[in-house]
Amino acid sequence: MLNWFYLHLRAFAQALKRLAGQPFGTFLSALVMGIALALPAGGYVLLDNIAVLARGVSGKPEISIFLDNDADRAQVDAVRQNLQNVPQLAGFHFVSRDEALKQLEANGLGDVLAGIAENPLPDAFIATLRSDKPELFEALSAEVQSWPGVAHVRLDSAWVKRLSALLELVRATMLDLSVLLGLALVIVIFNTVRLQILTQKNEIEVSRLLGATDRFIRRPFYWFGVLQGIFGGLVALAAVWIGIDALAVPVAKVAETYGVMIVLAGPGWRESLAMIGIAAALGWLGTAISVRRHLVGR
Amino acid sequence: MIVFDNVTKRYPGGYTALDGVSLRISPGELVVLSGHSGAGKSTLLKLIPALERPSSGTVHINGQDVSNMPKRGIPYLRRNIGLVLQENRLLFDRSVYDNILLPLIINGHPPGEAAKRVGAALDLVGLSRREKEFPAGLSGGEQQRLTIARAFVNRPSILIADEPTAYLDPAYASEIAELFKSFNSAGVTVLVVTHDISLFRQCSPRRIVLDHGHIVEQ
Repeated sequence: MLNWFYLHLRAFAQALKRLAGQPFGTFLSALVMGIALALPAGGYVLLDNIAVLARGVSGKPEISIFLDNDADRAQVDAVRQNLQNVPQLAGFHFVSRDEALKQLEANGLGDVLAGIAENPLPDAFIATLRSDKPELFEALSAEVQSWPGVAHVRLDSAWVKRLSALLELVRATMLDLSVLLGLALVIVIFNTVRLQILTQKNEIEVSRLLGATDRFIRRPFYWFGVLQGIFGGLVALAAVWIGIDALAVPVAKVAETYGVMIVLAGPGWRESLAMIGIAAALGWLGTAISVRRHLVGR
Repeated sequence: MIVFDNVTKRYPGGYTALDGVSLRISPGELVVLSGHSGAGKSTLLKLIPALERPSSGTVHINGQDVSNMPKRGIPYLRRNIGLVLQENRLLFDRSVYDNILLPLIINGHPPGEAAKRVGAALDLVGLSRREKEFPAGLSGGEQQRLTIARAFVNRPSILIADEPTAYLDPAYASEIAELFKSFNSAGVTVLVVTHDISLFRQCSPRRIVLDHGHIVEQ
């Protein structure tokens, strides 16, 4: 076990030495990897921020339940009773047709109804939902619509649905982009390790003559690939933070015009570790393919 | 113990380097292998650490059949054989010390013991004062001594050398021959390919002569 640890330590030191021996090349590789990783990583971070913002702006989603114009007191009470038994609702309140008319007049739209003798507005319930899932809106709407005395149910969720769909689309695009860029990174590492193998050809052959196993020969290359990945991940993390720092003020200004205060949040320590871990894993994968192609059994 | 039993080595293209060679080298023997160029000396040597495999026949090293040994077993075989090839195959980006240390790392020796062994090997070949230098700064004879130190540092039971004195002037060649003799005195089986048998005459080695892939004298 101690020997295994010692051999890994040596391989790690050897890989570090190789990387330090070509600082410009190492820096360029890390930069390429970092930029490629920063695009999807930054995208995800922004997406998270938008999702949080959307939840904050929309508050609790609402549905408006309009009753029949000739709905009597008993039907209104029945609807009220039914609403009390719906667990998905955070709350509701009744808006009588008179109150609705007053609100309309208060909003300066009283003239629209001036020529009409009778108040045309119906009694209504405004209900707020516990969740903003569009499918919940749909199901609840269909149920409420079937109650006696209910004329029409309007979902105030159209824009939430649109935003949700848009976020899904962006998320899917980000996933595609991540896969493509991840593949590109694997290819970059594959090629870097291939060049390393060519550079170290003499050392590899001498080691084989002296009794080195394939595992012994491969070990420093794996560390090399993993370290390249980690450096790339760190560059990506830095790029994401720089990006967030640069966007923070303009985004806050735009949000201010909508009466909202936004503070862009960068990746937390879990996300940061995940980003570096994924980069290291991609480095390992690129190395594994390269080593398998150019080293094993030769 | 090295045993060749009716070994033939034919290269792709049809060239037969060894043809039905049988020989037996006992532990602790010093054997000098000679013959004209193309007689099959280097091929015979390369069959011992499985750098080449026989086309037919068997090669046994210390009781192990090397001819059919699986690839994964070869590194462990080589750790017990010291190799000095015609081209010295040193690592020119590593110091003298690190060149000698490499086989010990491969063999998994703890750092403390490895350092002692490298020190002893450096003393033996007279390169103690040059351990921090790089091989490019050494003379041809010193480079050859370095190669021998690297081959011997693992204390193998067999040491094989292909023309170790080929490019050296007589003084250096004699030094190298002395080294092989001292290893043999310590009980190591030594098999040396050389054109200059006179270097080893003093210790009356066993002599094997190859001609066109056949043993003509042993």
